Amino acid sequence: MSITEKIVELIRRTSSSLPCDVLRAIRAARRRERAGSSAAVVLGTILDNCALAAKNGVPLCQDTGMLVFFVNDALRRRVTRSVLEKAVAAATERGYLRRNTIDPVTGRSFDDNCAEGAPAVRYCDRPGVTLIMKGGGSENMSRQYSLPDSALGAGRDLEGVRRCLLDAVVKAQGYGCAPGVLGVCVGGDRATGYEVAKEQLLRPLDASGAAEDPRLRALERQVLREANSLGIGPMGLGGNTTLLGVRVTARPRVPASFFVTVAYMCWACRRGSLAVL
Amino acid sequence: MKTLRCPFGESEIRALKAGDAVSIEGRIYTGRDKFHKWFFEGRPLPVDFRGGALYHCGPVVVADSSGGWRVVAAGPTTSVRENPYEPDFIAKTGVRMIIGKGGMDERTLAAMREHGCVYVQAVGGAGALYAAAVRRVAGVSLLDEFGAAEAVWHFDVEGFRGVVAMDACGRSLFDSVRAESERRQHFCH
Repeated sequence: MSITEKIVELIRRTSSSLPCDVLRAIRAARRRERAGSSAAVVLGTILDNCALAAKNGVPLCQDTGMLVFFVNDALRRRVTRSVLEKAVAAATERGYLRRNTIDPVTGRSFDDNCAEGAPAVRYCDRPGVTLIMKGGGSENMSRQYSLPDSALGAGRDLEGVRRCLLDAVVKAQGYGCAPGVLGVCVGGDRATGYEVAKEQLLRPLDASGAAEDPRLRALERQVLREANSLGIGPMGLGGNTTLLGVRVTARPRVPASFFVTVAYMCWACRRGSLAVL
Repeated sequence: MKTLRCPFGESEIRALKAGDAVSIEGRIYTGRDKFHKWFFEGRPLPVDFRGGALYHCGPVVVADSSGGWRVVAAGPTTSVRENPYEPDFIAKTGVRMIIGKGGMDERTLAAMREHGCVYVQAVGGAGALYAAAVRRVAGVSLLDEFGAAEAVWHFDVEGFRGVVAMDACGRSLFDSVRAESERRQHFCH
């Protein structure tokens, strides 16, 4: 199989099946909801949808999202931008991706989903090739705070960060297709904050993906527990599951700034990787 | 779960309560941003919505070899963007059901109460399952004008699942959930 075909297959797989840890989290959520409640109906529908999409190899959500590829530096010459673009165009042609790339100036669609910056490609030290697909509904719920924030009573410490995260969940309600996942960057500048927050969505939701720093790990657990006590529930119709996971990391800041950046991901937390090429 | 067949009668729609799980069958039509703008500009509507259902959806549809259409993914899109147009749309067309995600505003809720219409929350992201509920693509309107993602698709559906989130009595699940979550947020501080 050519490298391009392998990438097409990565796109198909990522678009049609959720990672095991995400599926497990959704199943666990359904067990927490009362049978017959809106929340149980929604989660049951989600699980049926995932099973069907995986079986048929079709997109599990019609918003196939913004594609970001993380490619290992050593693969730079083999997995070039042109290889990735060819794969994206082929995946679009075969119906694995919606025609989802719009020129903001003219309003026209780039029918093969390729343009400057689309797909986004980051060469980094992460092994192999990793793809994340994040839809617009959830992206619209991402936000950035600048501490201190007097309206939230949030100061420049982890307690302030906690208040921001709960605020982001309350503001998102069901609009980002709850139950969602929060990727969080504490610190950094505005631009890296969004980039790093989104990268945290690549971490598994099980224990292997928890923060190494015990203070951040405790924060992840606390925000997950508190968010799920808010009663927002799947799709904002009420229930015990508002988030599936919280993944926090920190980056240095300058004395004058203290940003908290939240990447809100929908339950369709689509990530996939290719270890060997 | 209640099964409802489109077109709907006013009394069966008015009998629905926020929180009811429903399964829909019959002909429904998609319409999203460009369609609502088209309506707002007073242009002729391609289909009769009386008693019918409008689905906020931009599906993935591919042409099949026999000249027909195959729906690959057809979950709901966010409805709030249509808030400015929907009360007028409900009043003028006699539509009985809006299907989407995220809910709509006070004005739309009021129009639903006045004219006998409900809002059904479909499950965001469940694109494959809703595509499977489309048994047949009966036609498409305004395809050249809007493109495939925004065109008005005529879907014959069966077992299309959702939850009534705004009813014709003026109740909205979204409003009560939001108010309660804001109250509980204070307890976390």
